Amino acid sequence: MVPLTHYLALSFLLFVLGVVGVLARRNLLTVLMSIELMLNAVNLNLVAFSRQLGDLGGQIFTVFVIAVAAGEAAIGLAILISLYRLKGSVNLDEASEMKG
Amino acid sequence: MTPALIFFWILGAVVVIGAVGVIVMRQPVHSALFLLLSFVAVAGLFVLAHAEFLAAVQILVYAGGIMVLFLFTIMLVNIRRQAREPFLHRQAAVAILFGLAFYAVVGGLLVGEAKKLAALGAAGAADPGKLATVSIAGATVAGNSQAVGWALYRDYFLPFEVASVFLLVAMIGAVVLGKRTMEKVD
Repeated sequence: MVPLTHYLALSFLLFVLGVVGVLARRNLLTVLMSIELMLNAVNLNLVAFSRQLGDLGGQIFTVFVIAVAAGEAAIGLAILISLYRLKGSVNLDEASEMKG
Repeated sequence: MTPALIFFWILGAVVVIGAVGVIVMRQPVHSALFLLLSFVAVAGLFVLAHAEFLAAVQILVYAGGIMVLFLFTIMLVNIRRQAREPFLHRQAAVAILFGLAFYAVVGGLLVGEAKKLAALGAAGAADPGKLATVSIAGATVAGNSQAVGWALYRDYFLPFEVASVFLLVAMIGAVVLGKRTMEKVD
């Protein structure tokens, strides 16, 4: 029986690693992967609370989060392909038209 | 240390190693493989938390679908050029400091509150067997997949349908964005 606090500590560590990945990397591909890491952290949290409370709702929500993650990956990677066609690179710093 | 706790921290270490690998690897392909490691370990954690159905979904959707999507995209973009550029942003040091502070403050709060909650009573967790049994029309059936399916199609039917519409919209959007002729529109 794993205490809830262990799940919370691990999933929040995973979430913070995702945040650091989004902030620190310049490659759009790795930024999208870091967003997937954050979504995984949220899933872990939902499942841990579902186990703790004996309520299936958390697992149902995780199913929906996984569906949203799949859609987000598809759209994000399609945007990445368009960006690559436009710029010849997936470096985020080169997409700076709206910087003013 | 119960066996569950030992397995939990072994899998947790694998998850964290995978996540750190995603951030520090220069080549996107290596990042993607570390991400795969992290996904598989999270599936193991789902099994530990009595979410067997979600563990299978995690493997199928993340490790199967999303990873293939990432790897195909990596093949489509020119990585050779990327390899010569600095892979970390200028703000990387600030980002890491921010991450540490964020973890210390919010993580400390979370764990403190959870400890308070556990000390308050309720004597720990509910019975995990409740996640695997559901009573349908008086008869009790067992199995996490069946319980999730029953809850999904009975109590969460509208969100389920909305999710399927969402996936359709995402698919059409991805096709439109990926079409080559869109370059000439503007």
